[in-house]
Amino acid sequence: MAIEPLQMSKGMTESIEKEIPLVTVKGLSKQFGSGCEYCSTPSHEEKEGNRCKHCGSIWAVRDIDFELYPGEILGVVGESGSGKSTMIRSLFLDEEVTNGSMTVSTYNKGKINIFNASAQQKRYIRNHVMGMVYQNPYLGLRMTFSSSGNIAEKLIAADNFHVGKIRERASELLDKVEIPISRMDEPPKNFSGGMQQRVQISKALANNPPLLLLDEVTTGLDLSVQAKVLDLIRSLQRELNVAMIVVSHDLGVIRMLADRTMVLRQGLVVEKGLTDQILEDPQHPYTQLLVHSLL
Amino acid sequence: MALANELSVTPFHDITFHVPEGTFMGIAGPSGIGKSSILKCIYRTYITTSGNIWYKSLRYGEIDLSTATERQMIHLRKNEIGYVTQFLKVIPRVSALDVVAEPLLPFGYSLEDARSAARKLLERLLIPEELWNGFPATFSGGERQRINLAKAFIVRPRLLILDEPTASLDNDTKQSVLAILKEMKEQGTTMIGVFHDWDMMEQVADNIYDLRSIKREDHNNVLEVRGQK
Repeated sequence: MAIEPLQMSKGMTESIEKEIPLVTVKGLSKQFGSGCEYCSTPSHEEKEGNRCKHCGSIWAVRDIDFELYPGEILGVVGESGSGKSTMIRSLFLDEEVTNGSMTVSTYNKGKINIFNASAQQKRYIRNHVMGMVYQNPYLGLRMTFSSSGNIAEKLIAADNFHVGKIRERASELLDKVEIPISRMDEPPKNFSGGMQQRVQISKALANNPPLLLLDEVTTGLDLSVQAKVLDLIRSLQRELNVAMIVVSHDLGVIRMLADRTMVLRQGLVVEKGLTDQILEDPQHPYTQLLVHSLL
Repeated sequence: MALANELSVTPFHDITFHVPEGTFMGIAGPSGIGKSSILKCIYRTYITTSGNIWYKSLRYGEIDLSTATERQMIHLRKNEIGYVTQFLKVIPRVSALDVVAEPLLPFGYSLEDARSAARKLLERLLIPEELWNGFPATFSGGERQRINLAKAFIVRPRLLILDEPTASLDNDTKQSVLAILKEMKEQGTTMIGVFHDWDMMEQVADNIYDLRSIKREDHNNVLEVRGQK
């Protein structure tokens, strides 16, 4: 038996040649505190640290640039306080950014800086363009509302008012994340941590956003539950081709999910590259420390 | 963990080689001399310190793998360049069959078609059928290695990088791997490989590049760079 040569589909060739990033972020910076004349722009010096000596303001995220392509998973690693969460919360418009721009190719053809959008546009973007899964399910879910109601909230925000259709979509989503349909009307507070996380994922996916942001989604879950959540994320990425930004301090999670990885330290991107290269041939001393701490 | 520059694939003092399309080049030399590192540089698991690695890509034309963008590398890895190591690194909780079938999915195969192609290949590599639904993490060394090979063979890469792919295989399996390698070569796959056993290497390789012959002239340089690490 011979192995037959593969034929490449035509659509694929084209998409490779003129690949357009889904998300383009330029110069994203976020300062906490009032700021003063000494810290009006973030320093790019790693040694200087991110806290202003004069007024105590902190540049939590300093001038981050990156691109994310459709269907791709980008990993973000770094220790506590490196600015991972601030970065992803800024991307989801939870935090007002200090500087920077973000465009999404599916929103107004990528011509609008989402950070400067009006409150109304931002609401639309958060419902249609991206979904967010927080480490703490209390941030992403209304714990005392039913699980189906949580999803309905998203669907209604996207102008779906047909109750039958809403329930149909809710049960479809919950089924996808393996929450028994018989429990769809129970509030998430009745559920275990892993189940809450899965309800949160289904809620984030309610309107089929092209971009999903995941902030430490498996942190604090026990191993077998963690495995289930990770398997779910992987299968969603494969079936729905959603692009994702996965923030985690767990290199195992990043290794398993991400094609490319950025390493953050004190708000700066100290290294980025292919995930296996970051793990096997880290260039920056901090990444080296991080990788060797794992082994 | 900087890469020592003895590994750069570049003219003059450093390493230069050229692998004609559709041929197999073996790399030989004692362990620790940098055979695997050369392979990892080509696959970009390691960053090349200096030098170029020119590859004739179907999509991009001539491209320097040491400076290609990350996205280009991701595409090349999915579509053109395969890599087989001594060790199996797969996602846990995925059956052997799906591990082998998965690389086909981006090519537009349905899961069923991909699985049936995977079944054929597993059969050829003499993996007992009762193991197909098991997790490769629970397999013996030789079985894992064959899963690894199957995973790379199934997409029929244009360039296949082999890092001791037959190290823990018994003779029968070695022969079946050999047959597949020869067949792939006939169909135009270019290969670069490191083998421990010379027998195997001599049977498939068109050229053998002996690193020892290069190393001697350069020895001081090598030691110095390693010392800095």
